[in-house]
Amino acid sequence: MIFSFALTFAFACFGIGLLICLWRVIFAPTLPDRILALDTMVVNVIALIVLYGMARNTGLYFEAAMLFAMTGFVSSVAYAKFILRGDIIE
Amino acid sequence: MSLIAELLIAGLLVIGGLFGLVGSYGLVKLPDLMTRLHAPTKASTLGVGGVLLAAMAHALTQGGLSWHELLITLFLFLTAPITCNFIAKSWLARHANPADLPPTGSDRQWATLDLSEEPAAPNLTPPAKPGRPS
Repeated sequence: MIFSFALTFAFACFGIGLLICLWRVIFAPTLPDRILALDTMVVNVIALIVLYGMARNTGLYFEAAMLFAMTGFVSSVAYAKFILRGDIIE
Repeated sequence: MSLIAELLIAGLLVIGGLFGLVGSYGLVKLPDLMTRLHAPTKASTLGVGGVLLAAMAHALTQGGLSWHELLITLFLFLTAPITCNFIAKSWLARHANPADLPPTGSDRQWATLDLSEEPAAPNLTPPAKPGRPS
């Protein structure tokens, strides 16, 4: 009972955080802000995937969260490198 | 699952959710990019760490300890500072006013703003230790 309430609370927190980041991606003052908001969206989505795995009571989703963490890191660094140097691999 | 384990998992979930929400809210609340970098890279990473600890405890109560969650936590804690450093460098290169930056302590400019091709000479003299009269 307490567990399901806490799970719903955590779902709501990370969902609201995801919406705030989406707002920030659309109305970003500078370009690095947009990368930062996208990176935070990746972190929030990882938390949501792990929470969904706990709610469904299965370990299937942890591999998805791990792969999402890796692709999120690589894409954030590639985007930052691209606007830093105009090229990703020099 | 016993009451103590349920309370522990619920507490970790609530703390993790609050930290995640604070990290995302700091993204719109804080004034400029260098302060805004702190919110997601510290608070959100800690929030996800709390959720992953809760997932580990949950898997332990269902029988069978799993180490996948610890891997994700370790990966996030390793990669968040690297991403933060790259975003800060791109902000320095595009939007920072060079007159506002603190001095580098050498005769060269900040590395992201210095466009010369030659490598910088290493500064081999150690900096003076503060507060230790000799």
